[in-house]
Amino acid sequence: MKNEDVKVCVLRIEGTSCEDDMYQAFKMVGASPEKVHLKQLIGQTSSSLKRNIEDYDILAFPGGFSAGDYVRGGAIFAARIKSTIGPQIKKFVESEKPVIGVCNGFQTLVELSLLPALNETMSSKSTAVLYRNDSSRFECRPTFLRNDNRGKCIFTSDIPKKKILMIPSAHAEGKLLSMDPKFVDKLVENDQIVFRYVGENGENAKYPWNPNGSLSDIAGICNSIGNVLGMMPHPERVLTRFTHPDWTRGYNSEEGDGLCVFRSVMKKFL
Amino acid sequence: MVTVEIRIELKKGIVDPEGKNVMKTLKLLGFSGVRSVKSIKVFDVELDASPEEAIKSGEEMCTKLLANSVIQDFKVTVR
Repeated sequence: MKNEDVKVCVLRIEGTSCEDDMYQAFKMVGASPEKVHLKQLIGQTSSSLKRNIEDYDILAFPGGFSAGDYVRGGAIFAARIKSTIGPQIKKFVESEKPVIGVCNGFQTLVELSLLPALNETMSSKSTAVLYRNDSSRFECRPTFLRNDNRGKCIFTSDIPKKKILMIPSAHAEGKLLSMDPKFVDKLVENDQIVFRYVGENGENAKYPWNPNGSLSDIAGICNSIGNVLGMMPHPERVLTRFTHPDWTRGYNSEEGDGLCVFRSVMKKFL
Repeated sequence: MVTVEIRIELKKGIVDPEGKNVMKTLKLLGFSGVRSVKSIKVFDVELDASPEEAIKSGEEMCTKLLANSVIQDFKVTVR
């Protein structure tokens, strides 16, 4: 399959705000992205604008403040999906097509129960939550992420293991939490931890390097088969060197640290 | 028409950053006797239904959208 034949659905509703960056990310790795409003998938639009989720190869949930972030981040977006195209989304994931959710998109995936999905594709009840940051504030700064995945996640297949990337975070509700005391152990055992926050020298992250107080410094997780990735930091904001905070102070790569996430998933279609 | 009050609060043991921050600020404002602050969310929903049906609907609203069972408990009462 040629890269340009890979169709990406960047799903938006009112309040999502990072769809342009997400679109650009997939464009830069050669895919054919399209910004699609949820109404286009559920048929609440004119026939020329209607789209079918089955026609896409990748589904991307961008960041932002979907539906004003009322109730909880991503809760309304997820409830609208569940009550309309929930079964199609489940089928999409079960057919092992890639799904990525960044920031508010990650919150939506957790609310949809597509993550952490320890034992099933999409459980009827949430098993984890992205809760308010410990600081109770919106935290916005560059963060260091270490690729801790052992090979399951298809979004890190092109990233060397333990490599540290600088990717910006910007959120108020990013603390991954579960009431299951063995939650982290299960994630580790299933190889579902993808990115962890680390300090500037690669040491265990403390605030502010872990911006939210997330369990075990977790910044991103995948589902049990590795095709759904959710992460709080924004890889689509660092596609070129020019949006790195230190691009004039020794950052030498032409490429931004975030691009490798999108390049990795394209390898699936080679 | 009945009005149901849906009260959503954090489960025991879940840290409440909003409550903690409010407490800190109240102390800064001179309210030295403040022992604890807990943040709670309340929705008033008006609906055409009998009181029994309204409570049932309210509980369903919580499980489907308003409360996250991982961290929150809810209570639905008819006003």
